[in-house]
Amino acid sequence: MGNLFRSEEMTLCQLFLQSEAAYACVSELGELGLVQFRDLNPDVNAFQRKFVNEVRRCDEMERKLRYLEKEIKKDGIPMLDTGENPEAPQPREMIDLEATFEKLENELREVNQNAEALKRNFLELTELKHILRKTQVFFDEAEYGCYPTYYSSSQMADPSREEEQVTLLGEEGLRAGGQALKLGFVAGVILRERIPAFERMLWRACRGNVFLRQAEIETPLEDPSSGDNVFKSVFIIFFQGDQLKTRVKKICEGFRATLYPCPEAPADRREMAMGVMTRLEDLNTVLGQTQDHRHRVLVAAAKNIKNWFVKVRKIKAIYHTLNLFNLDVTQKCLIAECWVPVLDLETIQLALRRGTERSGSSVPPILNRMESFEDPPTYNRTNKFTYGFQVLIDAYGVATYREVNPAPYTIITFPFLFAIMFGDLGHGLLMALFAGWMVLREKPLAAKKSDSEIWNIFFGGRYVILLMGLFSMYTGFVYNDIFSKSLNIFGSYWTVNYNKSTVVTNKDLQLNPSTDDYYQHPYPIGLDPVWQVAENKIIFMNAYKMKISIIVGVFHMLFGVCLSLWNYMYFRKRISIFCEFIPQMIFLCFLFLYMVILMFIKWTCYGPKTDDVKTSPYCAPSILITFINMVLFNENSAPEVCDQYMYSGQRPFQMLLVVIALLCIPWMLFAKPMLTIRNQRRMHVLLNSNHQNHAVGSENGDAEAALAQGQIPPPLPPHKEEEELPIGEILIHQGIHTIEYVLGSVSHTASYLRLWALSLAHAQLSEVLWNMVLRNGLMFEGWVGGIALWITFAIWSTLTVAILVLMEGLSAFLHTLRLHWVEFQSKFYQGMGYDFQPFSFEAILDSAAQAPEE
Amino acid sequence: MGASVVPILVFTILWGIVGIVLPFVVPKGPNRGILQVVLMLTAATCWLFWLCCYLSQINPLIGPKLSNRTVLLMAREWVS
Repeated sequence: MGNLFRSEEMTLCQLFLQSEAAYACVSELGELGLVQFRDLNPDVNAFQRKFVNEVRRCDEMERKLRYLEKEIKKDGIPMLDTGENPEAPQPREMIDLEATFEKLENELREVNQNAEALKRNFLELTELKHILRKTQVFFDEAEYGCYPTYYSSSQMADPSREEEQVTLLGEEGLRAGGQALKLGFVAGVILRERIPAFERMLWRACRGNVFLRQAEIETPLEDPSSGDNVFKSVFIIFFQGDQLKTRVKKICEGFRATLYPCPEAPADRREMAMGVMTRLEDLNTVLGQTQDHRHRVLVAAAKNIKNWFVKVRKIKAIYHTLNLFNLDVTQKCLIAECWVPVLDLETIQLALRRGTERSGSSVPPILNRMESFEDPPTYNRTNKFTYGFQVLIDAYGVATYREVNPAPYTIITFPFLFAIMFGDLGHGLLMALFAGWMVLREKPLAAKKSDSEIWNIFFGGRYVILLMGLFSMYTGFVYNDIFSKSLNIFGSYWTVNYNKSTVVTNKDLQLNPSTDDYYQHPYPIGLDPVWQVAENKIIFMNAYKMKISIIVGVFHMLFGVCLSLWNYMYFRKRISIFCEFIPQMIFLCFLFLYMVILMFIKWTCYGPKTDDVKTSPYCAPSILITFINMVLFNENSAPEVCDQYMYSGQRPFQMLLVVIALLCIPWMLFAKPMLTIRNQRRMHVLLNSNHQNHAVGSENGDAEAALAQGQIPPPLPPHKEEEELPIGEILIHQGIHTIEYVLGSVSHTASYLRLWALSLAHAQLSEVLWNMVLRNGLMFEGWVGGIALWITFAIWSTLTVAILVLMEGLSAFLHTLRLHWVEFQSKFYQGMGYDFQPFSFEAILDSAAQAPEE
Repeated sequence: MGASVVPILVFTILWGIVGIVLPFVVPKGPNRGILQVVLMLTAATCWLFWLCCYLSQINPLIGPKLSNRTVLLMAREWVS
């Protein structure tokens, strides 16, 4: 049958593959993407499957590739994505790939390690250079002019002295202690943040007997392992004695300060400094070369890395699938079970033949169709246009196998119901333009894989949005609403006939349709533009929009009930046609379609320009009250001069309709269970009599049995045997269905009034934005007006897009979705199937590409 | 009543062509069924929508209430 109206016919197939050819065949099937494999080893542990080693190797390769990718990204090298789709490589090529990756990874790791060691060396030398420079300052200061004070130990390096002795307290100390005190020092580098704590610790631990000088290093230094730039300071600590020396060293270790040997004599220091500079230059050169090498390696890898990723993922997918297969007794052949669309059997056979040829095997694979009682998966073949609508339906529930698919009808009813709520020519135009842009630039936009989920949703639904926009333009044209203003194309069919004095003295005047104010036939397309400038617009619009909401709703629901008939006819459930479809139709039509007909009668029969008061606006009945009275069997009440009813015989006719509709309820409730139970009993009797006949073995019995069997209804299409349900369950099921339908028809009909509500809200919001925002910009003249208009237009357009197009659009979209899912589909849809998920490289690669970017 | 024949005829014929004639002319291909359904539903819904709007205005039960400024503007701009 037509492709999208029902899900595809599926069949369970058994696939026999020779072990050598298996890999190539699965690779071909993966490119095709039409086969869903079943797991034939469900209770086998993942680690005990046949191809677990190969999967592990693939995992390892992927890990190496990810490491490479990380390094490439760190250096900011662009990765070339040619968009080509390389085929899954043969198993023997896997070893080559593994070797390549291993080599690359080792090389990169080595380079990185070397670079780190070099950088560490570089850091040490830099720090030493700084120390040598700064301590020069300390020693200089000490020499040139500090006086011995209680805390300072200024008299230190005396360049003239040969011995490295400094007196701490100067002459007094010598006089007091008698012995010249020898002052030792350590020099090093520490993080700047740690200096205060370091100083405090030193002071406390050494009881104030050490002296710290420090100077900041201006340029930040690069930490080799983390790569951060940190600020450090040079320090020098002077102390006396060995104990203090040990203590100081321990504290330095604790604060992770690096100590450097610093010669005291300035000549030595200068020599050392020069040596350090030379070594630094050498190191710089080597470092540069290392980085270059690394860069070259990465650039070479970056050219192929996307390709490699695709290949490795494909290999892994193939081995995962091969793990699902069974090995047969002879150990030479793999058996697989798969769900396959019947129409594609030829294509799959071709693919299998291609795979066998590629692998060079001589034995052709065998594809056998199997009979199965399981429910096949639901497969809807969609193209890029119908895909969006199918997704909307599947989000609620995947269709049962081979039941009617609501998607093709949703293509039009969804945008139409949306448009009733969104009806505005201007906003519809904006929406249609946006969607049109997305559709026209499909290919470039699709190639640019984006992470933003919101954009992906909009782009995936571009055809839905386009249709919604186009229909909104049509309904906006009919509602005569463009950004809350009306178009006057054909000239208004209302006119004013008041004279000047009446107009001047009365603030408000109402036009009378029964006079010449109204041209007696309406504006040809849509609402008359006079209503937009009328104060009582909402009263007229309410009556109009409520009626169309109910009319559209009743027709939508009727359509849903008719689809259920199509389902029953296909699945040959004649009982259901008689016991469910017919009473449902009668109930819906006799009550709600009758109400719709009353609406049409009221529109056509009651008018202002009439001589008979009975059909004048004074006597026009309220449809709602009439309906309520009908259901409650009440009498209609009407003012004196009017007819009680719209047509003669209305009351008995209505009573008849209600009675028949009410009779449908027990019909729906009891007919099907009774028939089902009767059928079950008949089957039991027949089975029993069959057994007896076979036991006896008489010809008569056989003939009777054959006759009896002839009376049983024709066999159903390949379908699971209906389980025999107990009577109680059948009655409960039917009770639930009946209550759901009966109460639902009332509540769903009222639910369609949301079409009116949202349309009203949209129109009012639009009007508010115009009156409160844009109109203020139009009220000024001259260049002041220009600026004012520019500002107010900016505000108005931002709010229009944000509130009216986006927010209201989303709101109307959700309500339409609800109307489809609940009010429409509850009339016929079961939605108990499961989706067809074929083994497809495209799907696997797409999901793998999405996952790490999140 | 207050209906004019011309718009009703034009619109019914227009959507009739879209919904009844065009489906026969749809080119054969895998999408034939979908296109036919789309055309028929579009014609049905759009025609119904226009019809309801038209019918609701042929016998208006109330007239528009206008402020006197609007009346003056209407008299000046819209009445030929």
